[in-house]
Amino acid sequence: MTFVIQGEKMGNFGLRYQVFKEELIDNHGYEKVLEGLKNTILIAVVGLIIGIVIGIIIASIEVMPKYRILPKILNRLCHVYVAFFRGTPLVVQLLVGYYVLRPMMGLTINALDSCMLIYGLNSGAYVSEIMRGGINSVDPGQMEGGRAIGFKYSTTMFKIIIPQAVKNILPTLGNEFIALIKDTSIVSFVGALDLYVAFKYIGTNNYEFMVPYLAMALVYIVLVLFITLLIKLMERSLKKSDRSK
Amino acid sequence: MIEVNDLHKSFNKKIDVLKGITTTIHDGEKIAIIGPSGSGKSTFLRCLNCLDDPTGGQILYNGVDIANPKVDINFYRRKMSMVFQQFNLFNNKTVLDNIMLAPMYFGIKNRKATGKTRQQVKTEVRQKAYSLLEKIGLADKADAYPSQLSGGQKQRVAIIRALAMDPEVMLFDEPTSALDPEMVGEVLAVMKKLAASGMTMVIVTHEMGFAREVADRIMFIDDGIIMEEGTPKEIFDNPQCARLKDFLSKVL
Ligand SMILES: Nc1ncnc2c1ncn2[C@@H]1O[C@H](COP(=O)(O)OP(=O)(O)OP(=O)(O)O)[C@@H](O)[C@H]1O
Ligand SMILES: [Mg+2]
Repeated sequence: MTFVIQGEKMGNFGLRYQVFKEELIDNHGYEKVLEGLKNTILIAVVGLIIGIVIGIIIASIEVMPKYRILPKILNRLCHVYVAFFRGTPLVVQLLVGYYVLRPMMGLTINALDSCMLIYGLNSGAYVSEIMRGGINSVDPGQMEGGRAIGFKYSTTMFKIIIPQAVKNILPTLGNEFIALIKDTSIVSFVGALDLYVAFKYIGTNNYEFMVPYLAMALVYIVLVLFITLLIKLMERSLKKSDRSK
Repeated sequence: MIEVNDLHKSFNKKIDVLKGITTTIHDGEKIAIIGPSGSGKSTFLRCLNCLDDPTGGQILYNGVDIANPKVDINFYRRKMSMVFQQFNLFNNKTVLDNIMLAPMYFGIKNRKATGKTRQQVKTEVRQKAYSLLEKIGLADKADAYPSQLSGGQKQRVAIIRALAMDPEVMLFDEPTSALDPEMVGEVLAVMKKLAASGMTMVIVTHEMGFAREVADRIMFIDDGIIMEEGTPKEIFDNPQCARLKDFLSKVL
């Protein structure tokens, strides 16, 4: 009796928890959660990798000397690209990418792959800005040193400048990764299964959403805290290599 | 070996820094360039390997005008290696990798012509890098990063990095100006050895004692032209123009 009264005070939390537990474990809801978790991480990881590649390319074009016409044109294109992906909501990019461009271009990739691609394209716009800051933070003497030993501009860029730039921006890239993880919570707009879809599925069976969504929030928090920890460890080991190696 | 004809350089089409420099640098010659701050000494040196593109005149390297944008300037930069005031060692590479980077890269790129395998190139370049490091007494720093070296050590490494490419000429832009006084000596010592080995050297410097001792010829650059040049004796003991006399009275 007391249990029920207390429970009602908290919105019947105890009972609702029992229902959730049953759905999660006995009815194999955890399989969906694990798949959602996997997809969330997959989209963020692949998205970040694509983003870094695109970001490096765009940033390299932006910092290139622009005596010739080709770098000027490329630079203009990059500006349009960045303006588009930074200037429109991610949901819109998802919807347009999946429901408009995908069929128009005759692509047959599934929702998950589409998401990885679109998140990568989006992230590329942000990483390019981070990357450009990183490249500009490298001492110009490094470029001179490279040119003076007979390396081409591009060789110096890839062998000397970019490795140092990447190291400088690693913490910022970590933040970009966390932002990506959080942004994956909208991929259900195009029918991909992520954490949100998994927990919604668990709740829908009994129309009990209180505990599932609370659990979802916890999973996100734990995930983000875990990644933050990894970034900290990485930073520390990088600093160490600065000193002792 | 290098003939400079009426070299001009202006920045942004406005500021005239070099106003017509003509001179010849001979094989094995040691040239010291002196002059007041902002007179164009660095700019002249950087035009020699087109790190700053000349805006007029010719630079004939064994007869080839390298000021012409069509020549493969990277090829000539390896024959005229440069040592900077701020060292410019690659911070993301160890001392050994700094020295090996260019010889490895070009050795592997040209291995068809030399008929060597990748491994042979690597072994040779590494051996050479170590022997150079031993000459300057820094073999134990091979695996250190530039951030762990003192200024004097950095500059000595920068010198052998430049030397590892087997250049025909070496250009120095105030190699000791960024160093603490107690480290100047060790760097000058390496440069003196280099001079004694017969290397052609062009050195912008404020070290008048060193210039006097090592140089065959001294160029006094002021206001974008060579105001006066001659042997150390002529320049230091019997200066002609008023600007040089004035300059020497300030630095000596
Ligand atoms: N990249 C540049 N853009 C514009 N002006 C420049 C540039 N580099 C040099 N200058 C100008 O050219 C002039 C000569 O510079 P330079 O560095 O050749 O002098 P310097 O003789 O080497 O002087 P210092 O002894 O101080 O090194 C200076 O007035 C300088 O402001
Ligand atoms: Mg200078």
